[in-house]
Amino acid sequence: MPEKEYVIEVKDLKKSYGSNNVLKGIDLRVERGTMLALLGPNGAGKTTTVRILSTLLNYDSGSVVVEGYNVAKDADKVRSVIGLTGQSAAVDELLTGRENLVMMGRLYRLTKQSAAARANELLEEFDLVAAADRPAKTYSGGMRRRLDLAVSLIATPPIIFLDEPTTGLDPRSRIAMWDIIKRLMANGTTILLTTQYLEEADQLADQIVVIDGGKVIAEGTATQLKNSVGKDRLELTFRDAPALAAAREALDGELVSFDEKEHSVSIAINDTNEDVKKALDILSAKKIELVTMAVHKPTLDDVFLALTGKQKKEEA
Amino acid sequence: MATELEFEKKPKAVLAFIDSLIMIKRSSQHIIRNTDQLLGTFFQPIMFLVLFAAVFGGAISAALPPGVSYLNFLMAGIIVQTVAFGSTTTAIAVCNDLQKGIVDRFRSLPMTNLAVLNGHVVSDLFRNSISTIVMLLAGLVIGFRSGASLADWLLIVAIILLFTLAFSWLSAIVGVLAKSVEGVQWLTFIVIFPLTFASSAFVPTQSMTPLLKAFAENQPITHVVEAVRALMLGTPAGDHIVLSIIWSIGILIIAVPVASWLFRRKTSN
Repeated sequence: MPEKEYVIEVKDLKKSYGSNNVLKGIDLRVERGTMLALLGPNGAGKTTTVRILSTLLNYDSGSVVVEGYNVAKDADKVRSVIGLTGQSAAVDELLTGRENLVMMGRLYRLTKQSAAARANELLEEFDLVAAADRPAKTYSGGMRRRLDLAVSLIATPPIIFLDEPTTGLDPRSRIAMWDIIKRLMANGTTILLTTQYLEEADQLADQIVVIDGGKVIAEGTATQLKNSVGKDRLELTFRDAPALAAAREALDGELVSFDEKEHSVSIAINDTNEDVKKALDILSAKKIELVTMAVHKPTLDDVFLALTGKQKKEEA
Repeated sequence: MATELEFEKKPKAVLAFIDSLIMIKRSSQHIIRNTDQLLGTFFQPIMFLVLFAAVFGGAISAALPPGVSYLNFLMAGIIVQTVAFGSTTTAIAVCNDLQKGIVDRFRSLPMTNLAVLNGHVVSDLFRNSISTIVMLLAGLVIGFRSGASLADWLLIVAIILLFTLAFSWLSAIVGVLAKSVEGVQWLTFIVIFPLTFASSAFVPTQSMTPLLKAFAENQPITHVVEAVRALMLGTPAGDHIVLSIIWSIGILIIAVPVASWLFRRKTSN
């Protein structure tokens, strides 16, 4: 098996402002060509982490290596291999989309010809051709975010930091943004994404690191995280109250919860095949008729609430 | 990624210089795009010139040297006042950049960050030059006349440019320190307003109270105004030319490193 190559390696990263410990020892590793989502509520330390990784902020202790360069010592080298898309779309509002792209390209040290050619390519790719020569301040929120991302891609850096790229966007713009991000991933770009949206991490990321209160509280793939908190649930609905009552009696022991109004019960299951079959066998033996049946995987929302809730309790 | 990208391969110093040129281009594009400021650049100087000449002209002419019209006297003062106020746009631009997060973007690029300041200061020079030319043309229309030679005019241009540069760098310091654009406006207002009015820009200093007169006659704006005025009117300039240049260079020697240091400090943690 080939050895995994980590493009971003963060070890025991700590940062505090006075007595306020924002990061209490973060560890991260991002493999080349994959996406890691940093998931956490507001104030968890996501943006602070990204600002440190993108050389905008100093840190107190630990080590941060990006593409083999130490961010504290080789900031300039790091800057030439990263692209940053911030929370507040940082483009020049008075310049046009094209002017923004060319200017940033030139500042990435691209030649004039390369910057202009690449700007055209990105305008096309990000569906901004019609608005290319209008000042950015006339852009809609979604367009501005696309321009902001395009700007960070102008020199095709191998590593991209996306700091809450869809916060505040309407659902349609969000999905358009996801498509763009997926295309980036298909091109082999290594991405570190921060988000407070579980669905976003679930949709896009290879690996998820959940942080809260400046600490990593869980990590793994979306599936691993879901498995770590909750079991799958089998949800059964019945025709009426007597059927429900009979089912409750028959399935006793495996019940998780029931709903009188909906005539439904939930059963925790370990092995989908085995346990679903067992439950159905019991019901058919007792001649209890089912209306609907569904297997629910725990959502990342369940994971997130379980984890951050636990965290709060530990601190209290 | 279809396009094969080519990167500049030049010495570091050359790249840093190119960064400044890129930033100068950016800030200069702002001059045209920022329509509100454009009004300030073109109409405010004309308005001040016409208003001052019409309102104060009659009352002040008695205090002027014989044979000098108030418009001819006023021209130097109003130009210096306009550039002094105009230099505050550097502060606003720097403050804006810092507030809006675009400086963070620049900092994530492999560029020289100080180029941001250079860009604003140099474009300020362009904008103030436009204002000055507009004012001179408007002055000519309403009766301003000067007997200055080409050499005199070149000296006038040099003095005004140097002064503008100096005040823009001072202004850059304000821009880095200020917490909001409104703060910048207040700060520059309470500094520039007294400086321009407690000077010989609009009235001769003879009639001022002794304390005010002592202040007015020894501050940079009066030296710049007197130097430009003497060159325009062909009257003896005394030591005003030398003193105005010394003041401007003195301000630059202090303001450039201070502004750069503050900007670096602000943008590095």
